[in-house]
Amino acid sequence: MKGLFVKPEKFKVYRRQVMHELNSIGVGAMGIVILTSVFMGAVITIQTVYNIVNPFVQLYVVGVVTRDSIIIEFAPTIIMLVLAGKVGSGIASEIGTMRVTEQIDALEIMGINSSGYLTLPKVVAAMIICPFVVLISMFAGIVGGWVAGEASGVIPSADYIKGIQDQFIPFNITFAMIKTVVFAYIITSVSSYHGFYTDGGALEVGQSSTKAVVMSSILILIFDYILTLLILA
Amino acid sequence: MIEIKNISKHFGEKKILEDVSCTFEKGKVNLIIGQSGSGKTVLMKCSVGLFEVDKGAVFFDGRNFSDMSFIERKPIRQEIGMVFQGGALFDSQTVEQNVMFPLNMFTNQTYKEKLDRVNFCLNRVNLQNVNHLFPSEISGGMKKRVAIARAISMNPKYLFCDEPNSGLDPKTSIVIDNLIKEITEEFQTTTVINTHDMNSVTEIGEKIVFIYKGKKWWEGNYHDLKSADNQELNDFVFATKVMKHMKASL
Repeated sequence: MKGLFVKPEKFKVYRRQVMHELNSIGVGAMGIVILTSVFMGAVITIQTVYNIVNPFVQLYVVGVVTRDSIIIEFAPTIIMLVLAGKVGSGIASEIGTMRVTEQIDALEIMGINSSGYLTLPKVVAAMIICPFVVLISMFAGIVGGWVAGEASGVIPSADYIKGIQDQFIPFNITFAMIKTVVFAYIITSVSSYHGFYTDGGALEVGQSSTKAVVMSSILILIFDYILTLLILA
Repeated sequence: MIEIKNISKHFGEKKILEDVSCTFEKGKVNLIIGQSGSGKTVLMKCSVGLFEVDKGAVFFDGRNFSDMSFIERKPIRQEIGMVFQGGALFDSQTVEQNVMFPLNMFTNQTYKEKLDRVNFCLNRVNLQNVNHLFPSEISGGMKKRVAIARAISMNPKYLFCDEPNSGLDPKTSIVIDNLIKEITEEFQTTTVINTHDMNSVTEIGEKIVFIYKGKKWWEGNYHDLKSADNQELNDFVFATKVMKHMKASL
């Protein structure tokens, strides 16, 4: 962790690495993020309609519930848990393989701060790109809810669109972004740590990858609670 | 010149190196030999600072490397080239990018200058038209040669090779050995090779350090080796039928 904050050897090389990681973490995860978000939005909409049994509750409330659920919780937390699986395991196995094949030793022999060189671009890139990924997830989730509501006939488009515009609190987006940045840091730093301290061979690389995903997921859930308590309570 | 002074290293309760002292001379191929598990890789990794020594010190031309911090070691590290057992080439980079990597990190040369240097180093190890291939697309012998090219790209004063012949056929091993010897003479590097390949010992061993059970058991050159009466050394060096035959014919 200390090595992460040491001055980089050459900013130009690090900048190129950050650009590469932005593509790898952000663009590479877009497919799974959109797919998950659309179905998440669809299920939230249909389940909310199913749970409204009081005839006095207006149907547009479904739009409000779907929007707020997605913005406050599902997009930042569930999508970041998905990213912990996809990105976290990738980082841990990439760095772990570098460790067991002595590529990290080769970096250190050259006088390069290996932990900074391998980890810092990933941390910086994730903290930059993940908020955009989560914003796209929010949009996809809300669209997914609308399409599912309309296609299944459980909520008319007009009610849903009225609902997603009603009583909108912009701070919810800020809150989601704060959570996303913290979770992005957790995923990349924890996964890099587990990859970096891999010792052994292929089996241990797999174990590091699993540990990275499990530990990142647990920390995301704990910090989700802590941040909600600190910011919203 | 590299001086190793009274180095000891433990891993937990296990003593790996015990009070090892030796010197590696400039412009010569210095060999560390010993059985698997004798501690020669640990000795090499202690020498280059990949492992911290428990006791003793390593001096690079009089500079106490062991006492330095990570930042203080950087200038010396940039004078070190190392060829790892498996090559340790960066999988995600092409041959050209691998050799250019140290130049990208530590020089302000233009791309053209760096490319010229890369091509010079690749030519020096007899590799042509491989610039855009990835490590997974080249043979084991070629990987070793690319690793040597990367190690010499910064004109190192000290060249360390950890079992450069492991996994190679005898003919390719000789090519690699000769290449290392030529580079040592041409660039006057202090070359340290970790090996248990007896062909390397007989062909290029100008100075030999024999490590046995974590201790320096014997030190000398190839000519001394032929007449040495050290039992453990003879058991190790003349273990094969070929070597026994060679010893008998001396």
